[in-house]
Amino acid sequence: MTDDNIVLQAKGITKRFPGVLANDKVDFDLKKGEIHVLLGENGAGKTTLMNILYGLYNQDEGEILVNGKAVKVDTPNDSIALGIGMVHQHFMLIPVFTVAENIMLGDETTKRGMLDRQAVSTRVKDLSHQHGLAVNPEALVGQLPVGAQQRVEIVKTLYRNAQILILDEPTAVLTPQEADELFVIMRGLTERGVSIIFITHKLKEVLAVSDRITVMRAGRVVGTVTPKQTNQAKLASMMVGREVILKVQKGKAKPKEQILNVENLHAIDNRGLESLRGVSFEVRAGEVLGIAGVQGNGQTELAEALTGLRSTKSGQVTLMSTDVTGKTPRPIIETGLAHIPEDRQKHGLVLSYTVADNLVLCNYYLPPFARGMVLQQEAVDTNARRLIEEYDVRTPSPYVPTSKLSGGNQQKVIVARELSRDIKLLVASQPTRGLDVGSIEYIHKQIIAMRDRGIGVLLISAELDEIMALSDRIAVMYRGKIVATVPASEATREKLGLWMAGSGID
Amino acid sequence: MDWRRFSVIALVIAILFTVVLLIGQARDEPLVIITSLMATTIAVATPLTLGALSGIFCERAGVVNIGIEGMMLGAAFFGWLAAIYMNTIFEMPPLLSLIVGVIGAILTGGLFALLHAVLSITYKVDQIIGGTVINILAIGITGFLNRQLFFESGSIFGGNVPHAPGVLPRIQIPFLVNIPVVGRIFEQQPVAISAILLVIISHYVLFHTRWGLRTRAVGEHPKAADTVGINVAFMRYANVVIGGFLAGLGGAYFTLESVPSFEPLLTNGRGFISLAAMIFGNWSPFGAWAAALVFGASQAFQIKLQLFRDVIPAQWAFLQNSYIVGLTPYILTMLILTGIVGKTIPPAADGVPYEK
Repeated sequence: MTDDNIVLQAKGITKRFPGVLANDKVDFDLKKGEIHVLLGENGAGKTTLMNILYGLYNQDEGEILVNGKAVKVDTPNDSIALGIGMVHQHFMLIPVFTVAENIMLGDETTKRGMLDRQAVSTRVKDLSHQHGLAVNPEALVGQLPVGAQQRVEIVKTLYRNAQILILDEPTAVLTPQEADELFVIMRGLTERGVSIIFITHKLKEVLAVSDRITVMRAGRVVGTVTPKQTNQAKLASMMVGREVILKVQKGKAKPKEQILNVENLHAIDNRGLESLRGVSFEVRAGEVLGIAGVQGNGQTELAEALTGLRSTKSGQVTLMSTDVTGKTPRPIIETGLAHIPEDRQKHGLVLSYTVADNLVLCNYYLPPFARGMVLQQEAVDTNARRLIEEYDVRTPSPYVPTSKLSGGNQQKVIVARELSRDIKLLVASQPTRGLDVGSIEYIHKQIIAMRDRGIGVLLISAELDEIMALSDRIAVMYRGKIVATVPASEATREKLGLWMAGSGID
Repeated sequence: MDWRRFSVIALVIAILFTVVLLIGQARDEPLVIITSLMATTIAVATPLTLGALSGIFCERAGVVNIGIEGMMLGAAFFGWLAAIYMNTIFEMPPLLSLIVGVIGAILTGGLFALLHAVLSITYKVDQIIGGTVINILAIGITGFLNRQLFFESGSIFGGNVPHAPGVLPRIQIPFLVNIPVVGRIFEQQPVAISAILLVIISHYVLFHTRWGLRTRAVGEHPKAADTVGINVAFMRYANVVIGGFLAGLGGAYFTLESVPSFEPLLTNGRGFISLAAMIFGNWSPFGAWAAALVFGASQAFQIKLQLFRDVIPAQWAFLQNSYIVGLTPYILTMLILTGIVGKTIPPAADGVPYEK
């Protein structure tokens, strides 16, 4: 290929944040009409690089070339003018605005000083027709499903005549079917000459959609390959810098007595809507029950109801033959429950506390950590040092604030605290969300180890791969109900995906 | 703002007026009573409407403003001071002095708002604290200058409060004012008229112009606005200052339109009631105006009932007690705020400083 084909080039980009070198002399280029995947762990510097290309950050060193000409991209306005569009990982949409309002924002069409909503709607309809992106310009964005919101984001960039599209982890929030639809859309766009940078850390989809793959690690480019030259294992070791075992190794489950029984559970969410509408299931000792489902179908509320963080309207929760419905968290924990919450920073840890203190959050009031009202510092210290060693928590000392640790190590603190107790049931919500391949591998091993020790595990995850890799039985949640439960051996991605989208239920 | 809220408001006002009518019919023509009730309602609602509009512009852009009270108080004082200076020292004619006074009040509101903007947008100070700073600052400055300028020996006015150049004249709206009896409603002073016009203009600006779309965007999701090239800090600054101008005009009502004098603390909590009106109106100009009218109507109610005190029937004797009747506006405010007509939803990024 000649240089003429390169539409976007980054040369020697360096970006420093206080104490971190986020991008270290990064070179990257994008050819016309290709899908170029940018792969890397969290914190590898992918998003930083893209934010520099899009003008949200400014680089400390290096230059950016668009169509062979050196350009200055200081603000998003500059990049929009150069035909660069970006779909952010967290959508940049305003829920209370209509689709048309969201799309025109910043590039409004007016007629005699008034917003010309009519003209915008017409243009949006044209674009959506032309590119096969179904969106209704009059709909309120907040009422659209995630997949449709993503289409709005893409139309938003096309509305600004984007020729270069940056998609930052677009599949993280989609069902497998929605992801497949997105890939079709991406192919359609590249056929029309749009060039796409696709950021992800999901290895499977990388090989399926990319023309080229560039891998980043710790702020540097490790290498650029084509899908033919590589495979998942090779990409994983490029990302992590060592051999990674991607497949979870586990034997056959030996389920025993019933640990948890949930009977017709009803609960409402924070907005007052009924989010659990008659949920029933059981978890046995020595098995992993995976709850699959698209985010927001009641999984969060289910975990909260089971752990005593949310009151229920009706139904019954029985843990170890004790009725724990309506109990507060402490008696439930004392009955033998461990909980890895969905949001580790908000609900799993007190970030400003030290690692040692976080490690006794569940049992600080019991001997040996407390004698009467007095905390036994020595016991807390011994406990912390033992768990840090045992669970391989990377921290300079037990006495640094937990906020200073990386996401993976914070999660290990929670895992250490919860799993080191004498427990019967583990409720793990999104246990590997936002973690890198190495940490995911570790947490998965721990969950399987728990199962093999005869503990019941309830795994709630939006990652279908995770559910399929760990579970012995899989239940699918849709609109506050369990719509299907199957043994893991009979589950396929397609079947689960359909159930997650609410169709194909018999 | 949905029709349910509007009907609750219409109902409350209707009840208040009916009570006054039933009691007052012994003394006055019903049409005369209604007309005077409506005139008072509009007058009392004026500073509240402007205060609420001030809050709407700030909060729609994502900056909480509890400093409206202070902005109004400061504007009331400095507007009045400017009018007196122009009139007595520079010997300007009264009307011209008053106009300069109104401009002074508006600019004062803008300056206080600029301080709030610097604190909350540039320095990311907690916005409740920023607003409190403004309130305390306004009380301090106006109280201090009021004493120093007018009452200290050797002060510029020699210990005497000079005569203010009166109040702004009434403007008769052509044609409408000629309607018999009720025509009086259409004879209003300029700040009151501009408040109503500003309600309409604000609605138009917020919901039908580019400026409004961008303002609401930075108040709902500033990062989204940033990614499409909107300057979040500029939009927030501009709207907070616009809010300050509106609060300043509201302040002018007190000393240049209502009564030609200043006394410390004269705004007496109106700035906070404006915020209540803003919340009740769900951050929309028409809704806030409706809520301000409820407050105006309840003030009109209590003023009239005190006038009709002698003709209140014996079985309604408790209404003869002016303390009880005088509480009506405040009790209504509390009831309205406790959400008798459902939940209101503030802009999503209201009060949250924007960090890239």
